[in-house]
Amino acid sequence: MRLSRRHLLLSGAGLASLASGLPLPAALAQEPRRGGVLTVHLGSEQRILNPALRASTGVYVITSKIIEPLVDLGAGGKIVPVLATAWEAAPDGKTVTFRLREGVQWHDGKPFTSADVQYSAMEQWKKHLNYGTTLQLYLDAVETPDAHTAVFRYSRPMPLDLLLRALCDLGYVVPRHVFEGTNVLENPANTAPIGTGPFKFVEYQRGQYVIAERNPNYWRQGFPYLDRVVWRFITDRSAATAALETGAVQLSAYNGLPLADLDRLRKDDRFEVSTRGVEGNVFNNTLEFNTRRKELSDKRVRQAIAHAIDVDFFLENFLYGLGKRATGPIPSLSPEFFPNNPVPYPYDKARAEKMLDEAGYRRGAGGVRFSLRIVPIMNGEDVPLLATFIQQSLQQVGIRVEIVQLDIAGALSAVYRDWNFDLATGWHQYRGDPAVSTTVWYRSGSPKGSPWTNQFGWQSDKVDQLIDQAATELDSAKRRALYAEFVRQVNDELPVWMMTERPFYAATSKRVQNHHNVPRWDSGDWHDTWLLPS
Amino acid sequence: MQILLLALRRLAASLPTLLLILVGLFLLLQLAPGDTVDALIAQMGGGDPAMAEQLRTFYGLDAPVVVQLGRYLLRLVTLDLGFSAIYGKPVAEVILERLPVTLLLMASALSFAFAAGMALGVVAARRVNRWPDTLISTLGLVFYATPSFWFGMMGIVVFAVRLSWLPAGGFEEIGSGNAGLTRVLDIAWHLVLPVATLALTYLATYLRIMRASMLEVLTLDFVRTARAKGLGETAVVLRHVLRNALLPGVTLMGLQAGTMLGGSVVVESVFALPGLGRLAYESVVQRDVNTLLGIVFVSALLVIAINFIVDMLYAKLDPRIVSGR
Repeated sequence: MRLSRRHLLLSGAGLASLASGLPLPAALAQEPRRGGVLTVHLGSEQRILNPALRASTGVYVITSKIIEPLVDLGAGGKIVPVLATAWEAAPDGKTVTFRLREGVQWHDGKPFTSADVQYSAMEQWKKHLNYGTTLQLYLDAVETPDAHTAVFRYSRPMPLDLLLRALCDLGYVVPRHVFEGTNVLENPANTAPIGTGPFKFVEYQRGQYVIAERNPNYWRQGFPYLDRVVWRFITDRSAATAALETGAVQLSAYNGLPLADLDRLRKDDRFEVSTRGVEGNVFNNTLEFNTRRKELSDKRVRQAIAHAIDVDFFLENFLYGLGKRATGPIPSLSPEFFPNNPVPYPYDKARAEKMLDEAGYRRGAGGVRFSLRIVPIMNGEDVPLLATFIQQSLQQVGIRVEIVQLDIAGALSAVYRDWNFDLATGWHQYRGDPAVSTTVWYRSGSPKGSPWTNQFGWQSDKVDQLIDQAATELDSAKRRALYAEFVRQVNDELPVWMMTERPFYAATSKRVQNHHNVPRWDSGDWHDTWLLPS
Repeated sequence: MQILLLALRRLAASLPTLLLILVGLFLLLQLAPGDTVDALIAQMGGGDPAMAEQLRTFYGLDAPVVVQLGRYLLRLVTLDLGFSAIYGKPVAEVILERLPVTLLLMASALSFAFAAGMALGVVAARRVNRWPDTLISTLGLVFYATPSFWFGMMGIVVFAVRLSWLPAGGFEEIGSGNAGLTRVLDIAWHLVLPVATLALTYLATYLRIMRASMLEVLTLDFVRTARAKGLGETAVVLRHVLRNALLPGVTLMGLQAGTMLGGSVVVESVFALPGLGRLAYESVVQRDVNTLLGIVFVSALLVIAINFIVDMLYAKLDPRIVSGR
């Protein structure tokens, strides 16, 4: 009896907490408390604090509290209005009309209008913003029939779902009156941002901190709860853990702490370590093949290499189980596009050996079939570990691997500009829609030197065609089917092998309330976040 | 007058060295694969070639290496250190912001290491081969053999995380609005752990040097004379032995001032201090050539200045050095 009642209570509270994002006792007992300073850890210095110029989680963690997008991801992954209140696409998909929020003010007191949206889209998203330039390639004009309507005109059909999902990251609006007529890259507002968000920028001390304070004129009446947000730059990740443990910071997002510490803090009841509220971003550990290399031009060799590496072992023993095997370039955490396919290439050393034999690469002197060089692209602490793991796994099937150590700038130019690699391993980040982040890894014709694109010397007309078709397909079901076929094709051809599928982990002090209640919370606006007294 | 001449001669001798260092470093950085735009794109997690092209023009990276070097040296003649790619403002400004932190850290650590090393060295030498000597020498060896980042991390774990006596990092309380004495005390409180960490390794060296030179000087004739004329043991040690035994320690201090600028990268990272060392590290990772060259320039000037001061100190400690010239 007691058990079942408790069970009932728990599940009820669980539902409530899911809806509101509050931990159980607080949700039942407490009203939000106003005031307080939320201090956040950041692992690296940001050059520019303008999300209309730079799409990057480091930039979002700071600026999304100061500058707002047209739309954002709400609970359950639904698109919710922010600066845009309604939207509509014409049947031919070439015109998208946004109704904009009225009565919104920039932090400097000027009104927010459609002219700001027009300027941001045409001058920053289309011309400068990474990923934005691709997304808005066919954007011809933004018309402003009145102060609160913006009409986006495209020369090719633009799927509304794709546009809206992408605009959560690539749709931040900056003030036209601040930027117009200046050199966009040198504008002081890039490091002292002016927006419409719940917090106003106060100060950026290089190498130390950024401070923002409550915006009393915020358009969401009565919000935000916090007085201030402080972002502290702590480059040493273990030191960041210590700062969290002493209470000097209350949050570290996007795997900002060492995996060992995340694993340890998971068992510490002062903190919540979870992937909740980070569902909007997923990443894969990749193995990239330079198919210009004779051995690797044979897809049987690439497949054999995939069979030869025990990814589950790596996940369990090196990543503390914080992830799982990937099924392909579209992760299972992306319900709109995940094709529900099984994990390809199970670990099977004997099969790998047999396939290599069949491809004509028999073991020669010393049991070696051939030698390869692998370039680790240092996105995170796990990359060099994985490179070593790959080296040792492939040695067992007779492929000798040499690891080429470079720092990230060096590795990017070696792999994507000079093509000076056989294998490379790094991260692929999935950003909500394959057309935004993922198809560039497979589409041919990407200019030499653009990082994280198909620089593998591999081309398939079939795949190119699927990618192009999906990018302009207006029917969601058909788009989904096209991407399922795309996954099937690239899983078979394997120019890049997505080895793992990993969510980002955030470590949050239990003092923080209403945290991680939307899918990209760390990059969200925190207007309803509040703090328990310490 | 003589001092001024010496200073000028020193400066003239160091100019070619400085030029050589700067040109060498510039060329060395060209050898490193990738440039500051690659580093930026890496930080952003993606970028397209059109944007990269714009940025390369913006940072002046589209010109040939020789032209870039020429531009840099021309600017340097007018004491313009250029524009920092990471920080988006003049390098001189960026360095000036960081310099006080590094200087404070370095000066505190060096003074502490020197003073404590000297005192312990004297004690060890006076009780040579007895238990205080063994204890001090063993401790010195332990300090010397332990990497400073480990000291730093352990200091944080024990004093900040477990005992919460000291802050885990940072230069001062952020946004506290402290001013005057409260601010000084706040900064001092934040610097206890980093200074101790940085000083311990150096302390060991001073201790060893001091102990050895004390032992050597104690056997010299003038010490026997001092004793013979009836001076007390304390007066002999302080007035006669110590002054002569100080010279090697002072030499070492001049040498170490240079390494300390670089050695503080680790301590600055562990304690999240906004100093020159971390700035240098970040400039390398982000291939920010201007900032890095600026730091090298300023560090070289600092080392030259410190060595000059050390030379002056020699003269003060041992008048024979000047008169011998």
